[in-house]
Amino acid sequence: MSSRSKPGHRGAQLHIVTGKGGTGKTTLAGALALAVACTGKRVLLCEVEGRQGIAALFDVAALSYQEHPVAVTPHGGEVFALAIDAEAALKEYLEMYYRLGRAGRALDRFGVVDFATTIAPGLRDVLLTGKVYEAARRRRLDGGPAYEAIVLDAPPTGRIARFLNVNAEVAGLARVGPIRAQADAIMALLRSPRTSVHLVTVLEEMPVQETLDAITELRRADLPVGRVLVNLVRSSPLARADRAGPGMGQLDVGAVEELLHKSGVDATPQLAEKLLAEGFDHVERLELQADQRAVLARTKRPVTELPFLADGIDLGALHDLAETLTASGLT
Amino acid sequence: MLLDDPATEILVCCGAGGVGKTTSAAALGLRAAERGRRVCVLTIDPARRLASSLGLGELDNNPRPVDGARGRLDAMMLDMKRTFDEVVEAHANPDKAQQILTNPFYVALSSSFAGTQEYMAMEKLGQLHAESARTSRWDLIVVDTPPSRSALDFLDAPERLSSLLDGRFLKLLTAPARGPARFLSAGLGLLTSTVTKVLGAHVLSDVQTFVSAFDTLFGGFRQRAERTYALLQARGTAFVVVASPERDALREAAYFVERLSHDQMPLAGLVVNRVSQPRASSLSAEEALAAAARLDRGDPAQSSVAALLHLHADRMRLQAREARLQRRFAAAHPNVRTVAVPALPSDVHDLDGLRQVGELLADCS
Repeated sequence: MSSRSKPGHRGAQLHIVTGKGGTGKTTLAGALALAVACTGKRVLLCEVEGRQGIAALFDVAALSYQEHPVAVTPHGGEVFALAIDAEAALKEYLEMYYRLGRAGRALDRFGVVDFATTIAPGLRDVLLTGKVYEAARRRRLDGGPAYEAIVLDAPPTGRIARFLNVNAEVAGLARVGPIRAQADAIMALLRSPRTSVHLVTVLEEMPVQETLDAITELRRADLPVGRVLVNLVRSSPLARADRAGPGMGQLDVGAVEELLHKSGVDATPQLAEKLLAEGFDHVERLELQADQRAVLARTKRPVTELPFLADGIDLGALHDLAETLTASGLT
Repeated sequence: MLLDDPATEILVCCGAGGVGKTTSAAALGLRAAERGRRVCVLTIDPARRLASSLGLGELDNNPRPVDGARGRLDAMMLDMKRTFDEVVEAHANPDKAQQILTNPFYVALSSSFAGTQEYMAMEKLGQLHAESARTSRWDLIVVDTPPSRSALDFLDAPERLSSLLDGRFLKLLTAPARGPARFLSAGLGLLTSTVTKVLGAHVLSDVQTFVSAFDTLFGGFRQRAERTYALLQARGTAFVVVASPERDALREAAYFVERLSHDQMPLAGLVVNRVSQPRASSLSAEEALAAAARLDRGDPAQSSVAALLHLHADRMRLQAREARLQRRFAAAHPNVRTVAVPALPSDVHDLDGLRQVGELLADCS
């Protein structure tokens, strides 16, 4: 555990998990929340895209705009989950900060709530990040933080810098006033050492390129880049020597066919040839993956690899992934 | 086939991010062009090497011929800010356009806020379609859709734009700019004071300036948005939903399919990309594993063959899992025509690769 994750009195650790679509961003956000909870902490796992990915992951009913426990871990840790909804966040926000009884209803009546949440698209992001900020700062009655860590299943890499930096945009638009103060406070949290933005990728060219682009954008916006999480890494049955080629290279169709017979398979030359071709396809994939690993290494960010789980993702699999994350020192 | 049918004028590829949507759009476009259609491919955010193979190095927001493609194939990458600016410049007088383009609210809206990409993708589609109707430059437009957070934001874009224009809030905001204070009811006073309190007075004035400058454009915007929506529902349009054989991607695909049918959008079918297809499919996973166990790990050649058998068993299991997911989708959506494209060993980033994908798409259909 790093010194940064001590439950100090300055609010929660904030782990922001982004990644290209299809790389398993939600799965790893869930696994990370579990991993942090396994250290005995109260963790809030948030989603902001209305996809109900967390509910599907933890196999619970659809989440509402209320924090629900989704997992209890040893050592008193707990994971709560929340689907942040922009409209509910706006109403709550107005209620909390401005105590707008009648005026709040007027806003609703004139369609301001509608305007803010659906039409002015950037305001959505302001509200979504605002809610994360509120949860990160929230206190219990005894003064301790409501959550010791927050894991945000954030928008995809293509949008992440824009999403997190939206409050800097707002600060540019609103030069004074409470919105400006709030925007500045959110940016201060997001840029603080308590925050890390982790990027989920797979070892393919396009997701890796997007990861590099996102890192550049995040750095430009002064947002703290955490780890690169390489997901869906398939373990290879080919021995190291075979991956390089020579082991497989020495096999010819005749030899494979003969050994297949020896192992009890009713083999034909065609079958031997096809199996060998599958092996070469696999070696080609491995070589491409090795190239992408080398590209990721150049980011100089710590990289954690997580295995592809052939049987799909259930709670057990999620715990396995959480263990890998813990072993890598992420929690 | 769909691509060869001259009645197909617009092909929209939609689906979750990371499922090969752009690749499918480009492959369909290339195949159609090489089979005699005059094609324009509108991409939103292509991978770098795919973009350069389509000659999309230049970002001038206009379709350019693709070198190396046989027949007529143009491609372009959407520049959303530029598209927005061009709409403003085309529909406002120079003074007013300048006023809008420099307004901080406009700058934020057009360049950095999410959602604009969806509006502008549909705007560009409308423009390209109008151009092809006018000049016959193309007879097929293939559109790749933005990787939206909620699956079909681009479908909602025209309606959102309309509701922006009809929104009482904006009407009220523009009212003071129109002059008499007769609109200033008690409710509005409360409203503006609240907005001022929350946003700061000068945001309100920036928004008001923006809205009043934009006022003249609203009608045009709205008409075009509605036309684009109608275009999407028209007979010449076909939607292709793209997915990969994974649970999440197929769940998104199911949502797309249902939403398209709800909106009466013409669905051509589902493309499932990167489907595992073991070559030696006659050997089951169980047989392969049993055989591997009988080989001597100490012997290098036997050990290599055992590894091949393990590899094969993994592939067979993955294929079985993917097939199960596809069967579930088919059971829930029996009327959706599905095309499965086998996984290729390497990434697609040149015209030959696209041609290969195009053939696979055609073979299966």
